[in-house]
Amino acid sequence: MAQPRFRAEDASHLVIKPLDDLSLIYHRRSGTTHVVASPVPEMLGVMGGDPLGVEEILERLSQRFELGNETESLIPVVAARLEELAALGLVERL
Amino acid sequence: MQGLSLQIGPASFRIASAWREPVEQLERLYAAYPKPESGIADFTVRLEPARPWRRWVRPSVAICGDYMLPDAAPLPLAQGLLAAEMGMNLQMALGWRRHALLHASCVERDGRALVMTGASGSGKSTLAAMLGERGWRLMGDEFALLDLATGDVFAFPRLISLKNGAIGVMEGEAKPVRFGPLMQATPKGDIRHLVPRPEAVARMSEGAMPALLLFPRFGHEAAVRSVGKSESFVRLTQASTNYVALGEAGFAALSRFVDEVPAQAIDYGSGEEAMALVEQLWSAAA
Amino acid sequence: MSAMLLVRALRDPASVQGLGSGEWNALVSMARAEQLIGTLAHRLNGLSLPPAIDRIMADARDQAAFVRRQALWEADRARAALNGLDTPVILLKGTAYAAAGLKAGVGRSIGDLDILVPREALPSVETALMDAGWEWVKSDPYDDLYYRRWMHELPPMIHRERDRMIDVHHTILPLTARQTPDADAMIADRLELGGGLCVLSPEDMVLHCVAHLLADGDLAGCSRNLWDLHCLLEEFGGEGGFEARLESRAALHRLRPHLERGLRLANGLYGAGGALRLSDRLYVRRLLSRNHWGQETGKLTRLAFYIRSHWLRMPPLMLARHLWIKSGAGALTGQRRSQDGHVEIGAPKRASIR
Repeated sequence: MAQPRFRAEDASHLVIKPLDDLSLIYHRRSGTTHVVASPVPEMLGVMGGDPLGVEEILERLSQRFELGNETESLIPVVAARLEELAALGLVERL
Repeated sequence: MQGLSLQIGPASFRIASAWREPVEQLERLYAAYPKPESGIADFTVRLEPARPWRRWVRPSVAICGDYMLPDAAPLPLAQGLLAAEMGMNLQMALGWRRHALLHASCVERDGRALVMTGASGSGKSTLAAMLGERGWRLMGDEFALLDLATGDVFAFPRLISLKNGAIGVMEGEAKPVRFGPLMQATPKGDIRHLVPRPEAVARMSEGAMPALLLFPRFGHEAAVRSVGKSESFVRLTQASTNYVALGEAGFAALSRFVDEVPAQAIDYGSGEEAMALVEQLWSAAA
Repeated sequence: MSAMLLVRALRDPASVQGLGSGEWNALVSMARAEQLIGTLAHRLNGLSLPPAIDRIMADARDQAAFVRRQALWEADRARAALNGLDTPVILLKGTAYAAAGLKAGVGRSIGDLDILVPREALPSVETALMDAGWEWVKSDPYDDLYYRRWMHELPPMIHRERDRMIDVHHTILPLTARQTPDADAMIADRLELGGGLCVLSPEDMVLHCVAHLLADGDLAGCSRNLWDLHCLLEEFGGEGGFEARLESRAALHRLRPHLERGLRLANGLYGAGGALRLSDRLYVRRLLSRNHWGQETGKLTRLAFYIRSHWLRMPPLMLARHLWIKSGAGALTGQRRSQDGHVEIGAPKRASIR
């Protein structure tokens, strides 16, 4: 089965403001404000405007951040966040 | 239809009524308030008969105006003053865009503002009313107006709406002439309006820098807890009727507010307990 | 003071310079009541106005911008949900005007999202929307049945998280109405906006507006709809041959008399002026029935149009049956509802009702 790929919303459409352990994301195109936890802001940051699959995103995350050795176990976490982000319109499923 | 116009903080209203009584009550209680400068009102409120014959038969007041709620239940004429207040609230809630509207009471001292937000029954209106009689300037009991550019809060000092137990408490604090009629059996129980002190009315266009945000909760053992920024943000935006409509400007204003203004949740069992907690936390925030 | 004050301000913005405060208050309340404050604010933009009015109009323009962004986002969400289906998705009304960058969309208040899809695509569209988070607005089973059989749209759906409604049409007038526009032709001649969304052709857009204004309803919101029509005619009127295409398209959709009346009303009120028929004046009276407090006036005229709107939507026998069932009187005959809300016709009478 072909891996689903996702593309993040252009950075110019998002205003990200970190507050304590959560971050606020204001999405200009929809006018919606989202309150999100890691790894969502980091995921959006590393995706850029590229069409990526779950494993590619995880790869980029591990290059930018300290993920430890258990990166495999993070696959379902990233996948689940991508589904949520697609439903919100912050990433597009390709 | 008879009417009157008035200015409350930065907003002006013209109020039309099919009956004389609510207009008379408004004129008496809002006597010290200015009229809109140019005669042009930001909003129109109309008190109309719910059906044509209800003008005379069991008079029933529908709350209408530029902005309306489709299923709003009409009120009996004895609560006409309440209908007018609710009408003005509704115009602000649905139509005001010049500030971010916080569903909060607000008082000021030394140029700094205390903002108190919470659900109905939290006691924020009563606390503000009490502080307003004890050396603080009342800025509002229902809405605090957050300036989108500067981050200051501005006043909307409408008549203070006292409910149930709060009525007796404030009758002990303020002179009888400042009170409106007692309205019983309203949808929210007993209600009585209190005119803010003359100084609060005279200084209605002065803003203040917000220095402390409180989430009060009446009817519990006294306690204080710090509230985190994201929790404050979520609670404030949920309570703001115009946050979404303001778009990015609203986002910037509210995220700046929670970033810069310390927030505490206070539980209290009595007004005096609350006063003590407020003074303590206010000094700490200085 | 009638809503002529508002009509005049829209038609000739410079005419407001000289209004007194009482007239300004009336104008603002009328415009808000007719959902035209954003439109008015754009028409008055740049004129020298009293400061209080400047503030009100600036707010109205900002509010309209917010509404526009929400509407276009909602259209984008529908596009994303229907992406996988091989079916055209045609935007209608306010959202279409905004998406296509038309004058009619400037400052416009926009409510629900209206889209037009081919009738055969309805089941898959319904499924795709529900998969993407839309759900039925709660209604009773009779309404649901009625909608599906006779209306020109699916029963309304609302998005469970965004709380916004979508109306999915398969033609532009109810199947029960006397006119039968050619939905297939409208869909075939659509314009692609790019990105997966479409709008009707200019002629069909005008005729949809006319149908909506004159053939579908009781004229609620008519001032705004007529302004839409005026803007569309102005926008497309310059293109060579438009009038001729419009006429022949009107003939195809059997909307000629409606188009002609629409043209007379739009020109008469908002355009260069022109002769109005006696029957047109009834419409004008309905259009102008608003007073200086923003209240509806003209009760009899409104009632007449309200009755007319039901008469238009349903042939008389159907109307009788519809009203019979709606009133619950049907429970006394062979029509009853069983426990799960399923409507049965011809079932035996039951002694206990309710």
